[in-house]
Amino acid sequence: MAEPMKIRATLQGDVADVRVLMAHPMETGLRKDAAGKLVPLHFIQTITAQLNGKTVFSADVSQAVSRNPVFAFKVKGAKAGDKLSITWQDNQGDKRTDEIVIRAGS
Amino acid sequence: MRLASAGRLAVAAALLASCATPQRDYRADALAMMQRDFHAKGIAGMDRLNEDSVQAACNKAKDNPPQEVADKLQKEQLAAIKWPADGKLLGDWKSGERIAQDGRGMTWSDTGGVGGSCYNCHQIGPRESSFGTVGPSLYQFGKLRGYGADIQRYAYGKIYNAKAYNLCSQMPRMGHVGALTEQQMKDLTALLMDPASPVNQ
Amino acid sequence: MKHALVLGLIAAIAATAAWLPAAAQTADPTAAEFDKFREIMEQDNPAELFEMKGEELWRTRRGPKNASLEQCDLGLGPGVVKGAYVLMPRYFADVDRVMDAEARIVHCMITLQGFTYAELAKQPFSSLTRTPEPVSLVTYVAAQSRGMKVAAPQSHPKERAAYAMGKEIFFYRAGAYDFSCASCHSVDDKRIRTQPMPNFTKPEQAIRAVQGWPGYRMTGGVMHSVQWRLEDCFRQQRFPEPGYASETLSALLTYVTVNANGHVYRGPGIKR
Repeated sequence: MAEPMKIRATLQGDVADVRVLMAHPMETGLRKDAAGKLVPLHFIQTITAQLNGKTVFSADVSQAVSRNPVFAFKVKGAKAGDKLSITWQDNQGDKRTDEIVIRAGS
Repeated sequence: MRLASAGRLAVAAALLASCATPQRDYRADALAMMQRDFHAKGIAGMDRLNEDSVQAACNKAKDNPPQEVADKLQKEQLAAIKWPADGKLLGDWKSGERIAQDGRGMTWSDTGGVGGSCYNCHQIGPRESSFGTVGPSLYQFGKLRGYGADIQRYAYGKIYNAKAYNLCSQMPRMGHVGALTEQQMKDLTALLMDPASPVNQ
Repeated sequence: MKHALVLGLIAAIAATAAWLPAAAQTADPTAAEFDKFREIMEQDNPAELFEMKGEELWRTRRGPKNASLEQCDLGLGPGVVKGAYVLMPRYFADVDRVMDAEARIVHCMITLQGFTYAELAKQPFSSLTRTPEPVSLVTYVAAQSRGMKVAAPQSHPKERAAYAMGKEIFFYRAGAYDFSCASCHSVDDKRIRTQPMPNFTKPEQAIRAVQGWPGYRMTGGVMHSVQWRLEDCFRQQRFPEPGYASETLSALLTYVTVNANGHVYRGPGIKR
């Protein structure tokens, strides 16, 4: 069901500049399909980021965020070799976790 | 001596061969390919791929036809314009603005009304900044040219059939192809020519 | 962050583009603002999600023949994807025809995987709920030519014929509104509403026919390839419908792509 994310992390000193591309329809519940029926609400509700297993970021997201959203944030205290994992969960019970290893000078 | 004649014969033969081989007609091949690859959809039939007299003349001359060709065809196009029976060319400019804004109609996905698509190519009223630049600005159309009957006639005629005035104009022939109704064209003429229209403020 | 950027750009566009009564602008400031907008948006392009999907599809066994596309020859030999996109459209001897990238992918899906043209042509364009496989696949293939120079070949007679025929089609005025491609795409600095129309007869602008496709269209959040764009152009020209992945479209693509030869392809793009 849930499609993979694309995660990029650029190290500037000990700060990782993280950008995540998420595949999700992000339906607001207000859109009508071609037949005129309301398309059900379907959106990412929470995003969490973990560095080496420790939660460093957590967000509650609303249905106002666009389809296939990009999420960008910075994490202090990161270094090359660290495992960065991102998890999202949506209102229909779907979830997805993807992980990258932070590379030096990327 | 014999070698020279043989040489000359060979050259002559080669020349004859190249003359005998016709140049490939890429245009004919392209048109045949389009006939094979296109298909009718919705209201867009295959007849739309056929050139009419104007399209053929403009295609042939790359939109720069000889004067006598242009004169003849423009005269024919002008003669085919159906002018309003009541002689009135000005409608309602408020409707005209709506028609100018509407870009729908005549495509294979259209089933309903047709708009003028005017803002696609022209600057027209003072409050619309999302205008195209394919055609000239029509802002202050009447103000700059005068509000006389002759200019009204030119405006209506141009909307009906732009090619009657400039054979290879890129502007569609909105009346000639039955895209717009007489009332719609009157309303558009009013948008340009009514002294009260925002276009002329 | 992107929201603020978009607002800022919209304000800039409103301020600069605004209309100048009567005067025709020679260098369109609106076009420059849209270019800046596209560059910023390209940094995190959702097209990458479709690249990933396309790569997965390339390697997955699918169709009645339960085969992957890893033996598909895009012109550089079976399975060679890197650099292939910028060398198309090109002549393929096995079909004795010039094919653009998507037509070639469709061909491979038919011959290697057992799909039929009819089923692939039925609904070949993306909607809000569905992205057809060829679209993700062509996004993957195109991404593997990122940063490379466009070099559509003209060495085979059929490649030269495709260019010549493509050019004829480009200039062919017909349809209910007397439009040809050239009506909008053969003059400098013209736009329809606020959409700039590049002049594809000029090399430095023809690259815009290549760059940006396949492209993620933010309006609707869908991935579109150039096959979609060509079909929609003909629709807006009030023509009948061209066949999906047909020779006509390969010829047209040959004309504009060859015109763009030498320019760098930045990979799948992003659009309003």
